[in-house]
Amino acid sequence: MNYDIILAGVGGQGVVSSATILSRCAMCDGFNVRQSEVHGMAQRGGAVQAQVRISDRVIESDLVPSGTADCIISMEPIEGLRCLSLLAENGRYITSLDPVVNIPDYPESQFIEEQLGKISGHIAVNAKKIAQTAGPAYAANIVLIGIASAFIPALAVATFERVIRETFERKGEKVVESNLKAFAAGRGIVKGGR
Amino acid sequence: MDRLLLLGDEACAMGAIDAGMSVAYGYPGTPSTEIMEFLQKHARNYGIVAKWCANEKTSYEGAMGVSYAGRRALVTMKHVGLNVAFDAFANSALQKINGGLVAAVADDPGMHSSQNEQDTRYPADFAKTACFEPRNHQEAYEMTREAFDVSEKFNIPVVVRLVTRLAHSRSIIRTRQPRAQNALNRAHVISDWMCIPACAKPNYHALLECQPRLLEYSEQSAWNTLEIKEDFREYGVITTGLGGNYYCEVAAALPSQPSHLHIGVYPIPIEKIRRLAGRVERIVVIEEGYPFVEEKLRSVIRDPIPIQGKMDGFLPYEGELNPDSVARALNLSVAHGLGIVIDKLPSRPPQLCKGCPHHDTFAVLREIVNEYKGTIITSDIGCYTLGAIPPYEIIDSASCMGASIGMAKGAAEAGYHPVIATIGDSTFLHSGLTGLVDAVTSNVNMLLLILDNGTTAMTGGQDTIMGSEQLVSIIRGAGVGPKHLHTIIPLPANHEKNVVLLRKELNYEGFSVIIARRGCIQHLKKSSKGKAAS
Ligand SMILES: Cc1ncc(C[n+]2csc(CCOP(=O)(O)OP(=O)(O)O)c2C)c(N)n1
Ligand code: SF4
Repeated sequence: MNYDIILAGVGGQGVVSSATILSRCAMCDGFNVRQSEVHGMAQRGGAVQAQVRISDRVIESDLVPSGTADCIISMEPIEGLRCLSLLAENGRYITSLDPVVNIPDYPESQFIEEQLGKISGHIAVNAKKIAQTAGPAYAANIVLIGIASAFIPALAVATFERVIRETFERKGEKVVESNLKAFAAGRGIVKGGR
Repeated sequence: MDRLLLLGDEACAMGAIDAGMSVAYGYPGTPSTEIMEFLQKHARNYGIVAKWCANEKTSYEGAMGVSYAGRRALVTMKHVGLNVAFDAFANSALQKINGGLVAAVADDPGMHSSQNEQDTRYPADFAKTACFEPRNHQEAYEMTREAFDVSEKFNIPVVVRLVTRLAHSRSIIRTRQPRAQNALNRAHVISDWMCIPACAKPNYHALLECQPRLLEYSEQSAWNTLEIKEDFREYGVITTGLGGNYYCEVAAALPSQPSHLHIGVYPIPIEKIRRLAGRVERIVVIEEGYPFVEEKLRSVIRDPIPIQGKMDGFLPYEGELNPDSVARALNLSVAHGLGIVIDKLPSRPPQLCKGCPHHDTFAVLREIVNEYKGTIITSDIGCYTLGAIPPYEIIDSASCMGASIGMAKGAAEAGYHPVIATIGDSTFLHSGLTGLVDAVTSNVNMLLLILDNGTTAMTGGQDTIMGSEQLVSIIRGAGVGPKHLHTIIPLPANHEKNVVLLRKELNYEGFSVIIARRGCIQHLKKSSKGKAAS
């Protein structure tokens, strides 16, 4: 079993913490894991990427070779497109449609639709809106994790739930509940998974 | 035996804890910062001291004191930090290290968050000491532990070289039974820690005499593994650090498996290299960083054979390696995935947070520059370095920590006017104080603008070594009179007032200091959260 995931977004969107949830799940379910992430300068509203490699064998490289990633989780419409060259031919592209517009030349939505049109089997959602049906909009990244989880059968749903609980426990039961709901809502979007 | 999911930095910190380290000092710097942050989080649990210092040199000197007293010390810094600590570092190699002294230094190939991509294996080699180069988290843990033993065995400081992709990668490590801390046991032979020539000469001699033993250790070390393939002689591969990972990631696709030497600890194992070289027609070197091993090989291999690496363009000289660049160099194909190329995506550089105090300081400077065309604004390193890029484009230089003051003084004494130096509070305390003394004593015609946001923001908001009030006293104490020492609050409401004050001080023919004091937004959020929780 090997599963390589790329997470992309903007500094402050929770790219690294989402990646850590995936890594914790992998560890709990007995897999090896390598999670490469970005700290420092880039976190100030800049483009941020993290990579999570899950395997039952030794993982050599922290970085995913081009054209081999199993999944891209894009927390923002253009950030995932930036790392498209990493995705495998049959890889899964999951993206939020909620833009973070903090640059002057942000592309039109038509441009984004055109690009998404080229990626077969992509899943594009208004993650914030879905999160809001469960609670606050900040759980949008957990909605995306929920969607992605349906494509990583090696990781159990119960594991995700446990790790999400552990991750948010410090912030109180309400936050835990809304994140669990966001996860379920995301997972519910994918019919049959895989 | 705990299984922990840790950053490479944290695995290194855990290794130090389990090695019985007593005291850690350091100065923040991406990608090394999380070593100290981890130690601080667990300091009480393990009964250790873990403290930020004013800069890397004072950190290193503190660690020397710990070693002198017989305990184990860790110093943490980023690669350029070792330049600051270099005097202490290079000379400490000639002292008889007592308690283990390990410097964990994180390089940043690819310059993700740095002004250069210098390779710490060179300073380690220059100081004639040992250097470990872990390639994964378990190695970061094990090697840091071993580094302390090596330090005490050979009485030398030892370097652990990390790189960004390991420092900021997470994986699972298994810890082993911890070793107890050393008891206090001060050094007793005075000449061992004395650098007057009468002592330095024998001490240097001792360091040279230690070299063959160090080499022997490296030759025997299990971190330097040579795997010989008798039936394939066309070429052999030497890898170091993360170069080894990328090589192993792609090597399965090679038509034949070549002999392979992986180097994890330096000095380079000369005999192992010669054994490999004697069996192959050509050597390929894959190392993260400068072509350090590649350069050394040429003086080590007896019958010269072709060497391929970074110097001949076999691999890119600049930037960091990755599995693709290594695959391409080895003539292996790289998967083309979806084959979709999108070239119209706008870049998204980092930017100042909404409400950042630097924003308002830049607005004041903008107005001054519009008025005094050609004003030189030297600057420094921190969040405010973003003043170089749009929409601000207001600062003219950023080089090394503290340079803004010295450069402004130089330009002013060369006859240029007006000149303003801008520097953050943490950077000022790191390396600006000595520049301040120079500027005060020559009453140079320049304005020093200190951007005091109460924290070391760029590296994640570590506390500045001293508070805002103390900062003012120190400047006053250096001899800056109250007439030309002011504090302003950079807020839109104060804009006009602040411009007037800056104008006035620019027109004053002499040295003046203005402190723009307002807290970093992120830091305020964090500390108010911290208060709410406690
Ligand atoms: C010698 C050296 N040590 C450490 C660093 C990493 N570093 C860059 S800026 C900075 C401090 C920034 O703090 P401050 O000057 O207060 O500015 P702020 O980011 O808070 O605006 C540090 C530690 C470096 N570049 N060089
Ligand atoms: S972290 Fe603080 S100093 Fe840096 S940009 Fe944000 S508010 Fe400004």
